[in-house]
Amino acid sequence: MHLLLIALVAVPLVPTVACLVAPRRSSQIITIVAAAVAFGLTVALIPYAASHGALSTSILRADAVSVVFLLPTTFLYLTAAIFSVGYLRATDDPRGRRYVRRFYVGFNVFCWSMVVAPLVNGLALLWVAIEVTTVVSALLVAIDDTDGAAEAAWKYVLLASMGLGVALLGTIVMYYAGTKAFGPSYDLSYGRLLAGAPHFSPDAVRLADVLAVLGFGTKMGLVPVHTWLPDAHSEAPTPISALLSGALLTTSFYAIVRFFQISERALGPTFPRIVLLVFGLASLALAALYVLNQRDLKRLLAYSSVEHMGILAIGMSFAAPLALVGVLLHVIAHGAAKGSAFFGAGSVVRKFATKDLRQIRGGVSILPWSGTMLVLAVLALSGLPPFGIFRSEFLIVAGGLRDPNDAVAAILVVLATVAFFGLSWFTTETMLTPVTGTVPPRGEVSVAIVIAMLVGMVALVVLGVHVPGALNHLLERGARSLEVSR
Amino acid sequence: MPSVAPSTFAGTANVIAVIVLLTEFAMLRAPLLRSQVRLYAFQSLVVTALAVFVAATRHIDSLYVLAALSFTLKVIIVPRVVTRLLSRANVSLAGNSSLGVATMTLIAIAISVFGFFSVGALNLRSPVLPEAALAVSVGVILVAFVLIILRSDVVSQAVGFFSLENGVSMASLVVASGLPLIIDVAFLFDLMVAVVVFGVLMRIHHARNRTLSTEPLDQLRG
Repeated sequence: MHLLLIALVAVPLVPTVACLVAPRRSSQIITIVAAAVAFGLTVALIPYAASHGALSTSILRADAVSVVFLLPTTFLYLTAAIFSVGYLRATDDPRGRRYVRRFYVGFNVFCWSMVVAPLVNGLALLWVAIEVTTVVSALLVAIDDTDGAAEAAWKYVLLASMGLGVALLGTIVMYYAGTKAFGPSYDLSYGRLLAGAPHFSPDAVRLADVLAVLGFGTKMGLVPVHTWLPDAHSEAPTPISALLSGALLTTSFYAIVRFFQISERALGPTFPRIVLLVFGLASLALAALYVLNQRDLKRLLAYSSVEHMGILAIGMSFAAPLALVGVLLHVIAHGAAKGSAFFGAGSVVRKFATKDLRQIRGGVSILPWSGTMLVLAVLALSGLPPFGIFRSEFLIVAGGLRDPNDAVAAILVVLATVAFFGLSWFTTETMLTPVTGTVPPRGEVSVAIVIAMLVGMVALVVLGVHVPGALNHLLERGARSLEVSR
Repeated sequence: MPSVAPSTFAGTANVIAVIVLLTEFAMLRAPLLRSQVRLYAFQSLVVTALAVFVAATRHIDSLYVLAALSFTLKVIIVPRVVTRLLSRANVSLAGNSSLGVATMTLIAIAISVFGFFSVGALNLRSPVLPEAALAVSVGVILVAFVLIILRSDVVSQAVGFFSLENGVSMASLVVASGLPLIIDVAFLFDLMVAVVVFGVLMRIHHARNRTLSTEPLDQLRG
């Protein structure tokens, strides 16, 4: 099993090196194959992680929670790799081979860093991995070399680095909190931290938890430190937008979850829950309002990401195992749904040559496949059955209603409904209205785009209708590990 | 707890921390970008000195390695990279800021005092820890935030981030000096990668806009 972990970390490096020299077609094939292998290895980890404890070496470690967070990353690695084939063909890129080479090398390094983050053993290495995801993705946001891309990349790298500076301070304070239990010199591996947490100095843990939520929350897109997110998501190339939204945000959430686990053991559940609740409510409220007033298709989806990150934070704050199962399922389902939605948006933007929602009309009749699936993906994002997000949000709300303070669950439902209204309003207006004025010719941009979206939609339906047994065990085991046993 | 005179260790650590904070203030108000970079190099040198001092008094040999690495990277390489960018940029080398120097300094003083006392209020007592030094590091980080927010040119913002990292290193030296060397090295390596990326993005910005000011960066909103 340890070999599996090492293989998973090594696999994305193969296409990284190969794409430095290989021509475009081979780069695409190698990337897709490597992504498929990475996804396959993650799936192979599920049964073990669902039934055993953590699988760990001195540097790497996989338990139920880390495998849950790996799933959307490797899934989007695969679908975004497929999507990129169609996306780059449609560019008939004037920038030529250099652009394609840079794109594929960056794409693979970015995915590698996101695969590594949930697999490293310890808070310090986790911070390092997340910092690597930042710098690589900032370059990818800038890759299109437009004014908007340069601006978005600068804001992103600056804000995210500031946030990660705060997160590093949080990590160091957590180390300091642990010196009370372990003496002045020890390593920050999870097993040790989780076991020793009850003996940590509580004031220092409190400080570390707040700093970590604020710091990693910057990268996760929690309000009020979310401001880089809509810019970066809308200006990046679409495959990167999908990865940013579906995988990068949840990777940062993973770091917050780890701090939550330790803080909960050191302080009892109340304090870390309240911290998450405050940020979660702010995110959900602000994003729901911004969704109501958007003119840019990709920014609309970006604010929907802020909304879903808010739901995740609120879900973690509920004192119910059911809600925690919902949160973990939401991480996976959101990845699949946001991937398909961004791929559909990419197809629409290519076809209509604009991101402006007022100029896009008759999307479904012009793009019969990707347009239809974009509508379905947006409905899925809004929490409609039979898709996975319906099930996960249902679990979160059901868990929230068991919480003594069930008003929060009610607020969650109201705000999610507002966001649903905004999302579905704009989507139906652009996609389902009759065609007006001069329109581009009917027909899909590329088969690869349709395939990538279809894979995402199938996954969403599977998650919504019947969660496979092994995955269910994994989610339950993960949720149990997020609770203090009392 | 009875008040006692601070140990030599705590006293020296606090003095060094205060020097770092004062350098941060000087960077905040430095009008020329070059002098700001020089101040950053000086600040890094002081942080390196703190590492050597902690290594010597607490007998942690691995910190010498860290000090050597951080000297090479933060005192020599990073300032040189930024200076080269500046000489290539060939534009007005005075930084911009959205507020006057006096206002900026007052805001920074208020915020660092706030940081100092909030960390003090947390009561992180420990027999070996110079608490004041930790509180001052938080002050450095907050002033770096003020610098990044109020200075409106990409070089100052990048240097502000690098000095924020100095504040975090200082905090880690006083409260987590036993951190395994490999992790310290990983942090430094990360800083190096970040420096490269900041450099690339600054160059892209300059190539597109023919200026180092962040004024053109207001197109994306909503």
